[in-house]
Amino acid sequence: MIAEVAVLALGLLVAVVRNLPGPALFPFRALATIYTDVFRGVPTLLLIFLFGFGIPALGLNRPWNKAIIWATVAIILNYGAYVAEVFRSGIRSVHPSQMAAARSLGLSQWQSFRFVIIPQAVRRVIPPLLNDFVALQKDTALVAAVGPIEALREAQTATAKHFNFTPYVVAAVLFLALTIPLARLTDWLTARQEAARQ
Amino acid sequence: MIELRGVTKAFGTNAVLRGIDLRVDTHEVVALIGPSGSGKSTILKCINGLERVDGGQVVVDGIDLSQPGADLDRARRRVGIVFQSFNLFPHLCVLDNVTLAPRRVLGRGRAEAEKAASELLDRFGLSDKADDYPDRLSGGQQQRVAIVRALAMAPAVMLFDEVTSALDPELVGDVLEVIRELAVAGMTMLLATHEMGFAREIANRVCFLDGGLVVEEGPPEQMFTAPAQPRTQAFLQRVLAARRL
Repeated sequence: MIAEVAVLALGLLVAVVRNLPGPALFPFRALATIYTDVFRGVPTLLLIFLFGFGIPALGLNRPWNKAIIWATVAIILNYGAYVAEVFRSGIRSVHPSQMAAARSLGLSQWQSFRFVIIPQAVRRVIPPLLNDFVALQKDTALVAAVGPIEALREAQTATAKHFNFTPYVVAAVLFLALTIPLARLTDWLTARQEAARQ
Repeated sequence: MIELRGVTKAFGTNAVLRGIDLRVDTHEVVALIGPSGSGKSTILKCINGLERVDGGQVVVDGIDLSQPGADLDRARRRVGIVFQSFNLFPHLCVLDNVTLAPRRVLGRGRAEAEKAASELLDRFGLSDKADDYPDRLSGGQQQRVAIVRALAMAPAVMLFDEVTSALDPELVGDVLEVIRELAVAGMTMLLATHEMGFAREIANRVCFLDGGLVVEEGPPEQMFTAPAQPRTQAFLQRVLAARRL
């Protein structure tokens, strides 16, 4: 859940940076592009191994030597890159005339993004965004690979012990209990948005 | 109020403006006429800094926009522009469309901005639309809201970029009525328009543009009845012929 908020913030930030105009800001745009390319291109599980095992091995002090913290950071960075692309497509889908209208009223570049472009972009990308969150919920299972207790790992242990696959079913139900409400939330948000425009 | 001196602008290899000289004085209404692609819209965009000029000078209310580092945001507050395609903010209701810039740019409080906006909407017969979203309005209503939105910044000059071209014929009248009212109130205005009858009625001066140059300018009576330049004559003849069809 904390990861989701962090993913949203990171994704939006990267998307906005990638849409900034002007040659002076090229280094920032380039950095944002490299970030998305790298963290979207590397498999989630590999990132979790890299961060979860690699960073604590640097000999950091508690609590920063915990594998779960860095595994979560890995997931945030990974999904942040996906979500940044979703936001970016949302921002690009807002017609340039909206920016022209905002600027012509005296709003600065940043104000135009903040009050005109981003609100429209976010409304448009809510369904694909929630789609990514459903995926994120499930990928938390990968964090199990570096140790901490998580539903799938628990199920694996139980299955191995008793040669009974019911725990897998229980784990699946647990995941559905998280992802289905999220899916309904998507529907509800979309419906509310449409109702507001009537 | 507005002065352009030798303004040039090219998009790639396409020279759109090739040395425009143009003046609009306070309380003056100037109409830009001419074929599509003659540079009318580009002139308006250069005047509020939406397009940078390649050469020449654009001075608006004492601010030279062609200087590097000119405060464009400050200049834009003095210039209102209304576009052909309305460009209202679809995620905001009419009232919020109008109050956004006064609140965020001028730092007005919500109550103050909404009071001023309500008065403006009332003045142009839109008070019952304040809570509606733009997609619930007709084109004519949307365009009037766009005019009110620009007026809410209390601009010193208003630019109109073919504001009736995207409207159904029966809705054109309402929008022109708003512009007429502004002219009577003494607003300084520059209009790019295809409405020749309206230009003739409302403008103090008419400029005919062709190929990125001001070919001819003068008082409307003279421009429409006895234009001196053959290109102006040909253009007006074509427009009149099209109307007869």
